Amino acid sequence: METKNLTQEVIRISGANPKKCMKCGKCTATCPAFDQMDIHPHQFVDMVINGRLEELLNSRGIYNCLSCFACMERCPRSVEPARLIEAVRMAVVRQKENNHLKPDAIPALLDDELPQQAITSALRKYMK
Amino acid sequence: MQVNETFTPTIVAFCCNWCSYAGADLSGTNRLNYPANVKIIRIPCSCRLNPMFILRAFQRGADGVILCGCHPGDCHYTTGNYYARRRMTLLFSMLDFLGIEKERTRVEWVSAAEGAKFAATMNEFVDTVTKLGKNKRLEDLRCAK
Amino acid sequence: MQRIGVFVCWCGSNIAATVDVEAVANALAMEPGVVISTNYQYMCSQAGQEMIQNAIREHKLTGIVVCSCSPRMHEATFRKTAQQAGLNPYMVEIANIREQCSWVHKDKLTGTEKAIILGRAAIAKVHLNAPLTAGQSPVTKRALVIGGGIAGIQTALDIADAGFEVDIVEKKPTIGGKMSQIDKTFPTLDCAACILTPKMVDVAQNEKIKIYSYSEVEAVKGFVGNFHVTIRKKARYVDETKCTGCGLCTEKCPQKKVPNEFNLGLDTRRAIYIPFAQAIPKVATIDADYCSMLKSGKCGVCSKVCTAGAIDYKQTDQLIEQEYGAIVVATGFNPISMDKFDEFAYSKSPDVVTSLEYERLMNAAGPTGGTLLRPSDKTHPHTIVFVQCVGSRCDSSEKGKSYCSKICCMYTAKHAMLTREKYPDTEVYVFYIDVRTPGKNFDEFYRRAVEDYDVHYVKGMVGKVTPENGKLKVQASDLLGGRQMHIDADMVVLAAAIEPDKSARPLATMLTASMDTNDFFTEAHPKLRPVESPTAGIFLSGACQGPKDIPETVAQAGAAASKVIGLLAKDNLTCNPCVAKSDEMMCNGCSACEKVCPYGAITYMDKEFRGPNRTTLIRRVASVNPAVCQGCGACTVACPSGAMDLQGFSNSQIMAEVDAICK
Repeated sequence: METKNLTQEVIRISGANPKKCMKCGKCTATCPAFDQMDIHPHQFVDMVINGRLEELLNSRGIYNCLSCFACMERCPRSVEPARLIEAVRMAVVRQKENNHLKPDAIPALLDDELPQQAITSALRKYMK
Repeated sequence: MQVNETFTPTIVAFCCNWCSYAGADLSGTNRLNYPANVKIIRIPCSCRLNPMFILRAFQRGADGVILCGCHPGDCHYTTGNYYARRRMTLLFSMLDFLGIEKERTRVEWVSAAEGAKFAATMNEFVDTVTKLGKNKRLEDLRCAK
Repeated sequence: MQRIGVFVCWCGSNIAATVDVEAVANALAMEPGVVISTNYQYMCSQAGQEMIQNAIREHKLTGIVVCSCSPRMHEATFRKTAQQAGLNPYMVEIANIREQCSWVHKDKLTGTEKAIILGRAAIAKVHLNAPLTAGQSPVTKRALVIGGGIAGIQTALDIADAGFEVDIVEKKPTIGGKMSQIDKTFPTLDCAACILTPKMVDVAQNEKIKIYSYSEVEAVKGFVGNFHVTIRKKARYVDETKCTGCGLCTEKCPQKKVPNEFNLGLDTRRAIYIPFAQAIPKVATIDADYCSMLKSGKCGVCSKVCTAGAIDYKQTDQLIEQEYGAIVVATGFNPISMDKFDEFAYSKSPDVVTSLEYERLMNAAGPTGGTLLRPSDKTHPHTIVFVQCVGSRCDSSEKGKSYCSKICCMYTAKHAMLTREKYPDTEVYVFYIDVRTPGKNFDEFYRRAVEDYDVHYVKGMVGKVTPENGKLKVQASDLLGGRQMHIDADMVVLAAAIEPDKSARPLATMLTASMDTNDFFTEAHPKLRPVESPTAGIFLSGACQGPKDIPETVAQAGAAASKVIGLLAKDNLTCNPCVAKSDEMMCNGCSACEKVCPYGAITYMDKEFRGPNRTTLIRRVASVNPAVCQGCGACTVACPSGAMDLQGFSNSQIMAEVDAICK
């Protein structure tokens, strides 16, 4: 998928609006996994806005995100970085599988390199 | 009898002087188009709109009537739009009873800053009324040419 | 039959580009009653107006229709034009063929067609117009200022200076407002009390100004020039005329554990108190919630020690009725509650304070006598973290405010600077999103904090504060440094967003003045009429209209005062003649109109009428006070007999317009 379309897709999946970001950095300030992440939440939002999706897709940081939602809770502008990160993870998963994650497939995939967060996101998605 | 494809409805829009008329002016200032068959009548407040005026409009061949006033709570006269809302609710249920499609009448709150909303509302309302076709039920044929 | 003149304006190419003005003029010339129909490039120009005036005289016109821009733009202009030519100004109708025709339609054919119909509607209406004369209503030459902060004080002083009487209603026991709580003022760092208290004394000594302290506005009736206001003077259980303000009672009162609101609860006061030394009026007030005498009838110490005999436990609320010509709202602001920002541990640690609390901690007249001490253990803080934009610039969620509170950047720079100056061994961090310093000498002030006072300005935000072993563990981001910071702070100061005072909303309802979604009062025009409310006779001063610093507030207070003076200088106001009028012969006395009138403009009276066979009948009929009626027309629709009609927008006129449009 083209970068532009991919960006749109990530924004659409996340349901968040990164343009609302006023770059205050409260997400990064609040992030408990800061030290583990190569890309920090506020950079993450900025990279989505500027379409730097390739870098994000190949980042390790997206798997280090704990999905604790502290950044969503504290964000004064309702940008919700955690949702964007989840959407990028989902984009990675979808590209790999070329489809949505099937609930039946989860146990088999558990042993593999699939990160736990992706399973959580998938479950959350199917719970809705 | 006009063919439906070329049918252009006559729409009367009653706008309160303080919000909606200014909103209509603003859509002009911003050059936002809406169909020319919408004709605006200025009234001081939406509560000035006597239900008789709407009946008269239908009787004389209007195909749709829309009342625009200030948003609830923003009325220049404090409570005027609340009166208007109640009166129109009653009138619309009566029109419904008479068999006038309820899509032909509408109340919309448009503030002086909502030029875009005014134009969008008018576009949509004209579309709706065009689809309904000519108002034949209430038109007084003695008034028709 | 009316003799009508029609004048079609080109408005340069604004109208002429999409409307064939020639064709419109020709078509309208065929309408019944039209004796002249013409077009011109700019009707509103001097030449255009003269053309109209000449036509009025030449053709003995009884009514004119101008097809031009919106009546909101030039109705007044053309009415004046008509009046100068001897035609009643209310015999003028405007057909709006610019904003509602040429500007919204692209096709010249449809534009022209619509312009003709709009012109016809206006002609149909003008046929039924009647000459109207504007009435006069007298102006009460006294102003009311609601709120006794710096905004209210300045407005009152300026109005009084022009020779008019002013009353200030202040809900607290003293005037002075927020400014009296502030230590120093930016960007000059002069002491707030030094510049405010002389003004407060001026107010107290000014013969034209009367202060109703510890009072609130209870009800407002009437209209511009003639407001009737009920003021509730709350019982303070102290006779203001007798109290000398010696303060003996405030020292002897045994009830010592009352949170002192003047110091934002950082210390306590007695149940009988004077908020601060320079209070105006300097009169004690008993806090009924805490006074044992008022609660249980046991105590009476203050009464025993008062040599002036001013204590009066039997005092009750008093209602004062007063007439005013103009009302100025100066209700000010408050910092928002920090309840929803638990990540900063405001409720968990007393060492996390808001900026206003910090202001009291720095103030020589504050709870610590001007020595900066941590509220928890009264020790000197050595590391202080300031957090900006707490609750400001939030997404329009329920959490905070969407607007920038405007004053925080500057007062935070001030606090940081003062702290560093007094205690150079203190490390001061300021976490900012943007530093916004548009104002005279403002940016220079902020730069001084960075360059001369070594305040650590960090672009980023504090994520969370955790109280631990007497310290505050601050986790924050340093966006430019690309790192997360962990600071062991002694104090955290939150620049809380400001919001309008809670009393503003009910007051706005009483005044029928409009507010925005944040409860700030709306101005009549955001650029051109910034100190007037859309409701005539209501003026806005200070932060009740939007966040403001002191210089701006004073400037706006002066502007509001000048508007009030302009109003009070008039002996009479010209009323809008487009008001309701009842036809007594048709009125059946049902009172429906009286009930819907939002202004109480309609009264009923018994009137004698001539009956058949030389008898007289007494009938109950409605009568409209034209000075009070604002011309909304609610009554005209409520009237079942059709007796009530609105002049200028009569039933028959609107019907005629409907007919013309639907033809």
